[in-house]
Amino acid sequence: MSNELESISDPGIPPHVHRKADEDPIAAKRAERQVAILFSLSALGTLLFIFSYIAIPDDLFVFLPIMGNTNAHQLFLGLGLAFSLFFIGMGAIHWAKTLMPDNEVTVERHEFRSSDEDRKEFVKTAKDGAAAAGLGRRSLIKRSLGLSLGLVGLSPLLLLRDLGPLPEDSLTKTSWKAGTRLVTDPGDRPIKPEDLEVGAVAQVLPELAPGKDHHTLSDIAKDAVLLIRLRPEEFNLDAERLSWTHEGIIAFSKICSHMGCAVALYEQQTKHLLCPCHQSTFDVTRAAKVLFGPAARPLPQLALALDSEGYLIAKQPFTEPVGPSFWERSS
Amino acid sequence: MTARERIAGNVANYVDERTGAAAWMKKNLNKVFPDHWSFLLGEIALYSFIILLLSGTFLTFWFDPSQREVVYEGSYQPLAGLEMSAAYASTLHISFEVRGGLLMRQIHHWAALFFMVAIVVHLMRVYFTGAFRKPREFNWIIGVGLLTLGIVEGFLGYSLPDDLLSGTGIRIAEAIIQAIPVVGTYLAFFAFGGAFPGEAFIPRIFIVHVLILPAIFLALITVHLMLVWYQKHTQYPGPGRTEKNVVGYPLLPVYMAKAGGFFFVVFGVTTFIAAVASINPIWLYGPYTPGQISAGSQPDWYMGWLDGLVRMSPPIETYLFGYTISWNILIPGLIIPGLMFTGLALYPFIESWITGDKREHHLLDRPRNAPNRTAIGAMALTFTLVALINGGNDIIAQQFHLSINQIMWFSRIGIIVLPPIAFVITKRICISLQRADRELVLHGKETGRLVRLPHGEFVEIHEELTPEKKWLLTSHEQNGPLELPEIDKAGVRRTDAIRNKLRSRMSAANAEVAPKVTSKDLNEIEHH
Repeated sequence: MSNELESISDPGIPPHVHRKADEDPIAAKRAERQVAILFSLSALGTLLFIFSYIAIPDDLFVFLPIMGNTNAHQLFLGLGLAFSLFFIGMGAIHWAKTLMPDNEVTVERHEFRSSDEDRKEFVKTAKDGAAAAGLGRRSLIKRSLGLSLGLVGLSPLLLLRDLGPLPEDSLTKTSWKAGTRLVTDPGDRPIKPEDLEVGAVAQVLPELAPGKDHHTLSDIAKDAVLLIRLRPEEFNLDAERLSWTHEGIIAFSKICSHMGCAVALYEQQTKHLLCPCHQSTFDVTRAAKVLFGPAARPLPQLALALDSEGYLIAKQPFTEPVGPSFWERSS
Repeated sequence: MTARERIAGNVANYVDERTGAAAWMKKNLNKVFPDHWSFLLGEIALYSFIILLLSGTFLTFWFDPSQREVVYEGSYQPLAGLEMSAAYASTLHISFEVRGGLLMRQIHHWAALFFMVAIVVHLMRVYFTGAFRKPREFNWIIGVGLLTLGIVEGFLGYSLPDDLLSGTGIRIAEAIIQAIPVVGTYLAFFAFGGAFPGEAFIPRIFIVHVLILPAIFLALITVHLMLVWYQKHTQYPGPGRTEKNVVGYPLLPVYMAKAGGFFFVVFGVTTFIAAVASINPIWLYGPYTPGQISAGSQPDWYMGWLDGLVRMSPPIETYLFGYTISWNILIPGLIIPGLMFTGLALYPFIESWITGDKREHHLLDRPRNAPNRTAIGAMALTFTLVALINGGNDIIAQQFHLSINQIMWFSRIGIIVLPPIAFVITKRICISLQRADRELVLHGKETGRLVRLPHGEFVEIHEELTPEKKWLLTSHEQNGPLELPEIDKAGVRRTDAIRNKLRSRMSAANAEVAPKVTSKDLNEIEHH
């Protein structure tokens, strides 16, 4: 479409324009003073930093507009450091812009490609080297070396084996067993149905096994359960799932079936559970059916019953794995 | 010779006799760098990295990378007596008891955010000006690598305090690993030393965060800068600037003073923001426990697009022969990001394949003069932006009183519909701007001065452009499309006919421009 001949001509680099400070000694002196003032401001900043470190108590708070109450010690320490750094930079840049030579320089670029001669010699050297080692001829050496290098590569993999145990059935099992009491979290108190009013929500954990003094985080990551009480007629469940509820109390795993966040937001009006991570929405009245969002499965429901003392217990373990999906999960 | 000169001379002689450094220094102290504000973006990334190294080292003196359970006995009363990990307790200690500790934490976090902003904006500058073209493809790939590692490094960094928010992020990362078909469960168990959360991940991500990744960063940044140095910086087009030269200022003293000064400015501004603006107040979130969460859980901004993709994913899982494939996690969490970063890394090669251009380029393009490239960039940005917006859908819903479902559906549809629209609009704008340039060169600038001619006609005075400006607006190349044969000389359809057809078509789309002004056009105008 176009070529060099048709292009308009390059006028070349425009003539250099001198700055005020290049020609006027008074302007130069002024610029020098400005640079010195900037550097001095930096020194003042460091003084503020030292003063704040020594003299401002670390429990003093001051009010900053927009930011609210701010710790004065950290604030002035930071401002001092910020000024000391910032004005060094401004001084150096102002110095460069006003007083250092500003003549543009032009230099030539060179092609990166090596000369044909160099390339030829390189190929020859490489070939000679390979020939001297005899890699091409001695295939026995080549193959055995390949084998041993490949095998050596396996050893770090082997050594990394102890990074963790094999999963086995740990993703499919929780601490909930038939008869496990539901206890409050925190507090570890067993719960009776009358402790929960209609519309109320509670987070519960399985009662600690004898000999254990607290729930580990890895246990909570599978065991956390949400207890919700509705009026029994509000449920829209099949007979089996309805039998898993008790006097309007229904229990779901609190660990999201999408990516394992805690499904902690309960909308009392709509009876929806919402996961704050990715907004998967579950319908409590329909066994946590997914209404919206990326989750593909309902939250597993825990079957409830009462023990002889009237406390809520699990009728049976979870019938499916809780938490996010994994390859070995069967449905 | 003064005493000072003599001492300096002696030191220089001592070093040079042992290293021969003088010859190299002589040549390189006068290295010329072109000047432009957009060349400072990469510098901000570099300086933020140095700030991160300095502030991060400070934090390691007190941070205890351990999930050992401790009872909090520090000065922050609301958490007194609570059980928490040593990592969280030591982060509280840094925030409340170590003098300057909170400031350093906030410098570290803000610097990490600026680091990622600077990398992304620098990448956009390099992309839209075509600086990635031959011979700079290696540096482009290194840059994409640094971007990717930066995202990982940032994520690991904000996971370390082991607060409620960061633990939630780790939980999501674990779910992504676990979703990988066949090996996912095993990988997750190896990474976490057992079932989530276990007690291994904080010490492990700590060593990756403070040693392994920074070492890789240092190596990659060194190569990145050495290549810039060796290949010489690109420059914007303008009078006197050609593919064969570099016009700019010498390293010593101007560039050194400016770049060195700029480091202090970046450090100063970061510190100022860290001093006045609180970030990641982990004491408000509480220690991590898998059974709790805070509403409005948000990752840092550079992870937001990924979270947004996960949020908008349709709920699809496949159950086959007793195994589960979680498309709702795999597609947004691994497959789309994988495609995005692969496409980004390969872009220089794709473009050169389409244009057939194998020459070196040292003069940058004005974005309007490469309409196709600019439009592809706008398309990719639109895609990422829709994902990012959806990553904050709960916050947006709350702030603007919208329903989350509306925003989610907007994103689900928008992420497919909006990028092509952005492509078309951007391309049209670019070509229109080219036409405006053409108009400007041919007819000059409108001055707004109206003149009445003797016979009563009103005309507006147009001011002719300076030769420099004319050159700037016309010096770019406009190469025609490739025309690849589909049929060979013997009249037989070639085996590569389909590929050639595709390539010719893309090349034609790429070559679509408003023709620039040539000297012939100008001559014609003069003879009117």
